[in-house]
Amino acid sequence: MPRHVVAREGEIPDGGRKIVEVDGRSIGIFRVAGDYYALLNRCPHQAAPLCEGRLWSGMTVSDRPGAYANRADVPIVSCIWHGWEFDLRTGQSLCEPQRLRVRTYDVFLEGEMDGQSEAGHEAVAPEQSLVATTFPVESDGQWIVIDVDRRPAISGTPRRDR
Amino acid sequence: MIETASRPPSDASAPSTIKLVDADVHAVVPSTEALFPYLSGHWREHVQATMFKGPVENSYPRFAPTTWRPGTETSGSAPAGSDLGALQRDVLDADGVDVAILCCTYQIDSLHNPDAAVAFSQATNDWLVAEWLDRDPRLRAGIVVPIQLPELAAREIDRVGGHPGFVQVALPARTTFPLGNRIHAPIWEAIARNHLVGAIHFGGAPGTPPTPSGWSSYYFEEYVGMAHVVQSQVVSLITEGVFDLHPDVRVAVLESGFTWIGPFLWRFDKEWRNLRRLVPWVRRAPSEYVRDHLRFTIQPLDAPASDAHFLEAIDQIGSDNVLMYASDYPHRHVSSPARLLDLVTPGLAERIRSGNARDLYGLH
Amino acid sequence: MVATAERPGTTAAPLVRPALIDCDLHNELHGDVWALVPYLSERWRRHVKTMGTRSPSGGFYPRFMDHRADARPPSGRRAGSDVAFTRENYLDPCRVAYGILIPLSPAAGQQNLEFGAALATACNDWQVAEWLDPEPRLRASIVIPVEAPDLAVAEIRRRATDRRFVQVQFTGRPHEPMGRRKYWPIYEACEEFGLHVISHAFGSYGNPLTGAGWPSFYLEDHVGPAQAMQANLVSMVTEGVFERFPSLQVVSVENGMGWLPSLGWRMDAAWSLLREEVPHLSMPPSAYLERHVWVTTQPMEEPHHPHQFVQLLEQLGPLVDHVLFASDYPHWDADQPDAAFPIHLTPELERKVYFENAARLYGLG
Repeated sequence: MPRHVVAREGEIPDGGRKIVEVDGRSIGIFRVAGDYYALLNRCPHQAAPLCEGRLWSGMTVSDRPGAYANRADVPIVSCIWHGWEFDLRTGQSLCEPQRLRVRTYDVFLEGEMDGQSEAGHEAVAPEQSLVATTFPVESDGQWIVIDVDRRPAISGTPRRDR
Repeated sequence: MIETASRPPSDASAPSTIKLVDADVHAVVPSTEALFPYLSGHWREHVQATMFKGPVENSYPRFAPTTWRPGTETSGSAPAGSDLGALQRDVLDADGVDVAILCCTYQIDSLHNPDAAVAFSQATNDWLVAEWLDRDPRLRAGIVVPIQLPELAAREIDRVGGHPGFVQVALPARTTFPLGNRIHAPIWEAIARNHLVGAIHFGGAPGTPPTPSGWSSYYFEEYVGMAHVVQSQVVSLITEGVFDLHPDVRVAVLESGFTWIGPFLWRFDKEWRNLRRLVPWVRRAPSEYVRDHLRFTIQPLDAPASDAHFLEAIDQIGSDNVLMYASDYPHRHVSSPARLLDLVTPGLAERIRSGNARDLYGLH
Repeated sequence: MVATAERPGTTAAPLVRPALIDCDLHNELHGDVWALVPYLSERWRRHVKTMGTRSPSGGFYPRFMDHRADARPPSGRRAGSDVAFTRENYLDPCRVAYGILIPLSPAAGQQNLEFGAALATACNDWQVAEWLDPEPRLRASIVIPVEAPDLAVAEIRRRATDRRFVQVQFTGRPHEPMGRRKYWPIYEACEEFGLHVISHAFGSYGNPLTGAGWPSFYLEDHVGPAQAMQANLVSMVTEGVFERFPSLQVVSVENGMGWLPSLGWRMDAAWSLLREEVPHLSMPPSAYLERHVWVTTQPMEEPHHPHQFVQLLEQLGPLVDHVLFASDYPHWDADQPDAAFPIHLTPELERKVYFENAARLYGLG
């Protein structure tokens, strides 16, 4: 069974999260600006419950020393322990995006249709990143579903290999 | 006062005739009187008539020949490292050095009187040109600046930076504020503007203590601890974004060891991974900035007894482009650079002997 | 099919390693100095209420980091300030056999030295009443007014008969280098009572944070303990502290350990050159490091390649027997006991680092 119902639509407020367990895996479901993201709840650094960390208002960027800007279009969770930052869209670490990556999962609303899953996110989402859709199905029973199989597993680099 | 001349165009494709660059030899001001030809009448009279004799402190113990290489303390009352003839005989000719970079650690930074600091740095630079650079084409030098007065230091860099013999700006390891601090911005702008290298050298006399726990009792501690001061400077340069503001600027770290670099960078990289958000202009791991922007001279070797451990420490630096040969003349050291050069691959030995310094200083 | 979990993940790894001795466990003061007021005399209570506390200023940076959020007790108290929650949140799930408490109190930084001594006494009474008595797995560090050695010695004498106090605590950056004569009475008392000296990272007495002056960012502050500890160890070796106090052991806490091999190499090279200046040293400096210095693991060294961690262990040589596991719980940079090391340790090394080295140092069994 690749798809698992994890929450009721509306259950997770914007800026909120729900941590669920699916097939023995702890997964964090985030809702940011209307979109859903799902991330394995395990930091590749020291296996902390990453998804319990702070959800930031965006990614702090800079074009010169002393200048701070916020990219609100990049949803960032920082690990509850050491503060390592991860892009919710891709699971990539901001510091070592090529080497450090947390597994992400597709998030659907039940009734999701092929071909519409990336609507509205082309501008900021890397090509390989699948993002949540909001797709109302029934007025009284909308479920949020994650797909744990469809995406190739890109696990965080285990600490033994760093 | 000093003619400006553009540096010869670089031609990296031609095989270089420069086989050995000594990136750290010292030019020592033998006495305040030696600077008289380059000081105004005001300061000459001041020195002659009063107890003020210029910056007489030294980063190396005064009257302590134990820190001098045997044979350098021969010229009467003149301190080791103050005689061009001896340098030519003992280093340039003896070792077959094609280019040597002079470092003068005259402690301008100990002068709190700003006008004295400027006058003595100008005089020292003019003395370096007239009595060293103009007398041996193998020599290059670092500009001596009043680091405690960044705007005036920048002015001095602009005044003499066009002389082809000046390839870097000498910056003391010990400062009142770390070198990356924005208070030093005019200096880095002048270094970038004049296409020079920043050269952090052993010592400094800011008047603040040399350790985070205050003043130590022994020179031994200050000597060993200079590596830790330099580590703090490297952290400052990268954290403050000096190389993000000035992508072409490179820094040479002189006479402060290098076997500590690898583990030092593990910690620095780790803290950046934790705290990147505080300094978002630092876009890459600090170790990458070090490999791209910093160079270290190899004397003192600070080598372990085990060759295997020594090679591991060199390998942990993570780049063949970081180390530069240096004798640190006239200072005494326990190990010969030959120990290192014989141990590494011939390719790396060539980078250390001359390749890295050629690239850094544009020598061809 | 759908299962929610409240707090997953904290004990993710299988428990295969030995029970551990944590050599850096923080007991935090809830409400800072106010937690100590009940333990102060009326004279010093009045002082707190009228004058507050006063330390050399400068050195607190914007940091974006707080104590570990998952270590905050449900009571709303500060993380690490509630022994019952520390037990349930850390000691039990992580199988901690013993935890060595290191309180970060305002005592050592006080400019008023008598007040600092009173705070140190209060802090040690607080440790006994609120930590050591309720939890038998805990041991503690004696808080002293570091900059007033005579008062520090009096406090050491006051605690020495309670063997649950296993060491004497220095701040990371005392006012003078740790080898200076000023601190010798403290070392003398340590030797007399078989106590060790620890230097825990951070905490200063007013000197600039580096030998190059005050840096600008918390990132620099957080790299800095490695340099500060090296300076203080160089001082202790150079001043002949270990010649004078041959049984004294120094534990470096939260300063890293990757710098230790190259420090020995550099000191030995310098000693060959400058031996004249330090004729009181009878051995190469690295030999003193090997005999007298212990290091804790947190913040764990994270080399660029795992094999470099093996190189580090090999370079440490006999000092591997002086490596002590430490978590730094509940601080944000704490290491998780089951996921801290960048390599798999051999079972023998695992036993040493997690338990045996500390058991030998502290006489725990």
